[in-house]
Amino acid sequence: MNENSDIQAHEILDNLTLFYGPKKKFVAICAGTGCRASGSLKVKEALEAELKKQNMNDVDVLATGCLGFCEKGPMVVIHPDKYFYQHVKVEDVPEIVSKTVANGEVISRLVYRHPETKKTLYREDDLPFYKKQHRIVFGQNGMLDPSKIEAYFNINGYQALAKALSEMTPDQVISEVKKAGLRGRGGGGFHAAVKWEGVRRAHGDPKYVIANGDEGDPGAYMDRSLMEGNPHSVIEGMIIGAYAVGSNQGYIYVRNEYPLAVEHLTIAIAAARENGLLGKNILGTDFSFDIHINKGAGAFVCGESSALFASIEGRAGEPRAKYVHAVEKGLYDKPTVLNNVETWANVPLIINKGADWYASIGTEGSKGTKIFSLVGKINNTGLIEVPMGTTLYEIIYDMGGGIPNGRKFKAVQTGGPSGGCIPESLLDIPVDFDKLYEVGSMMGSGGMIVMDDTSCMVDVARYFLEFLKEESCGKCVPCREGIRRMSDILEDICAGRGKEGDIELLETMGAAIADGSLCALGGSAPNPVLSTIRYFREEYETHIKEHRCPAGVCKALITYSIDAEKCTGCGVCVKVCATQAITGEKKKAHVIDKDKCTRCGACIQSCKFDAINVK
Amino acid sequence: MVNMIIDGKDVSAKKDTMLLEAIRGAGIAVPTLCAHESISRSGACRLCVVEIKKGNRTRIVTSCLYGVEDGLIVNTQSPRVQNVRRLVMELLLARCPESDVLRKMAREMGVEPQARYAADQDKGKCILCRSCVRVCEEVVGVSAIGLFSRGSYKEVGTPYHEKSDVCIGCGACVYVCPTGHIEMLSTGDKRKIWGRTFKMQTCDKCGKHFAPVDQLKFISKKTGVPFKNLTTCTECR
Repeated sequence: MNENSDIQAHEILDNLTLFYGPKKKFVAICAGTGCRASGSLKVKEALEAELKKQNMNDVDVLATGCLGFCEKGPMVVIHPDKYFYQHVKVEDVPEIVSKTVANGEVISRLVYRHPETKKTLYREDDLPFYKKQHRIVFGQNGMLDPSKIEAYFNINGYQALAKALSEMTPDQVISEVKKAGLRGRGGGGFHAAVKWEGVRRAHGDPKYVIANGDEGDPGAYMDRSLMEGNPHSVIEGMIIGAYAVGSNQGYIYVRNEYPLAVEHLTIAIAAARENGLLGKNILGTDFSFDIHINKGAGAFVCGESSALFASIEGRAGEPRAKYVHAVEKGLYDKPTVLNNVETWANVPLIINKGADWYASIGTEGSKGTKIFSLVGKINNTGLIEVPMGTTLYEIIYDMGGGIPNGRKFKAVQTGGPSGGCIPESLLDIPVDFDKLYEVGSMMGSGGMIVMDDTSCMVDVARYFLEFLKEESCGKCVPCREGIRRMSDILEDICAGRGKEGDIELLETMGAAIADGSLCALGGSAPNPVLSTIRYFREEYETHIKEHRCPAGVCKALITYSIDAEKCTGCGVCVKVCATQAITGEKKKAHVIDKDKCTRCGACIQSCKFDAINVK
Repeated sequence: MVNMIIDGKDVSAKKDTMLLEAIRGAGIAVPTLCAHESISRSGACRLCVVEIKKGNRTRIVTSCLYGVEDGLIVNTQSPRVQNVRRLVMELLLARCPESDVLRKMAREMGVEPQARYAADQDKGKCILCRSCVRVCEEVVGVSAIGLFSRGSYKEVGTPYHEKSDVCIGCGACVYVCPTGHIEMLSTGDKRKIWGRTFKMQTCDKCGKHFAPVDQLKFISKKTGVPFKNLTTCTECR
């Protein structure tokens, strides 16, 4: 804390904020990567042109970051009423402007319809997907254009920084974060304040503050959405953290496969520098700090702390034994705080609203909220933010809208490729760091992949081990050779070459790989196998002993046939079959030549009469 | 000094030494493949793992990298330790079925090849312990070889498998390789290593071909000793 700075920092910030007044009416259009892919930028341009055409200059169009409900993109939210429109096309724009923006009239074809009750729901907050969420971190995305710092000022941006710099000592900042109970959102769930304290006390200069944005889990994109959609919240968190630990240099390690995140972070850092929020003498105090963006080249293992340091240092991304902790010897062997992107984004909230408020959300051991990406066999694909302790059932059925096509839920994989698969019997568990670990999975960074009864659990384990085999850095023997051998055995089981004793061997190998690997990648790599064996052992046994894949996935173990009673002889399947395996006279039941059939599934997709059986 | 209990024995060790040295100092054998006295440690082979107990918490650590601590209870033979070592040996036997060193070591540890793993044919005897890479970088100081690719595709070699301009043919990599993977062929006044042929210097006195000319030039450049003073073999000096 700087003397005389207590008024100064706030004054400077207020001057910045007053400069940009918010407009009351605005139209938010999701311009996250997902919605961009489905054409949201064209809708945005059309909205701007139409507003101009209709002389409505007092209405802003905000191209926001991800709004979460990716299934329904491109989506538009019209403020202040928060009318929610889904799958918006350029053709819809004139009507949206003339009816809804101008007169508050709702266009019923664009609103959300509840899949069961068929009731139309107009407002964002009424949608079941949003209703049960508690979007303290992620909800800000919908209120701002991430490429404009003034938008962040308008939602109290950088107030937490001003408060920390002018009213709190570094120790007070740390104790506030400690009291809040903030745990790392990147996977480990380590208490952030304990790390910070360690670095504050550690000897060594300089000290580094790093945001880990190397989100590599297949199907997980919550960190991307924060970096793209609200980069200043991450930056503000980092500056506060840097002040607390006494660091002047920070890095954001972000995957180069996230071009929009890199772009928005770059813009945000430049804007923060221009406004005196990064660089020398931040907000008029004697505290200086700057952030450099480091782009990762796409290795999953670089999300591991010591490999991430190696990568920033310009060496191959390989982990090292961490018996001396990063808080003492991290980047360049200097004291380093490494926290995940989402963890940093939580920090301004804690400082602004206080530890007591923050700690009132969540469970005994896990405070606050967590953003999850909900993908796979689920109706409402997207990103959700819920209080820690929300049950898997609520996440999958209430927010996620359940399983599509009337299929049955089978398992949910949490924690990324090295997480575990949780069966239906455990859907009532509250999701927090400790509970997920107890059932053989983990929080990871928050990916959730939902599987239904058409998913084969052995095949799922095979897929993830294949991924981890490719992503192992190859430094230590158990991980490099062990995952490869586990993957080979799984490959065998799926191909009908499984042997008696394979399950037990996989279990023994899994335990030894977890114990013997150098870093957490190898340490958790056996999880998908061990957890699927734990909860779906009979499925492995059926593959090995009966050479059968009950879910009908493993191609070597299934055959396709046509149900003569259901088949109308329409001939559609004959046309789509790439290997000419289907024959039959018109209007008579067809047959599949098993030798020619490659079990690609094209006929199933094409058959309107559900006449193709897989066994 | 630091006091610990290792396999039930009271052991004291010098501060700032590694567990591996303390354990071996107490007369207990620990297998290793990648720990070599002349190079820094990487913890790659995982054979030296031991189980430690601190308070109520037990865990597996790499003894070659874990510094000694007062009050530590160490178990070098626990079931968990043996499981890791057995797995590592089985995996290495499957990777390098031709290696006599590994076969002998496995026999001594009572480990049989795991029949479920198909033996590799393309990895030679290389276990990727990276001792060669480290000695070339840290001791010789030329970094002629390195590791490339990732995971099970990882390999040791010269960049792009091309002939290295900086290799001096010294053979330090051959010397530290625990399994004898690296091939070095010395015949007459020629030495072949890493795809390059080096001319050997003839000893001024005994006429033996004792070192590659490139190596002596490198030493001369590094130390400032004139090349002509280096053309006598160590035995005749």
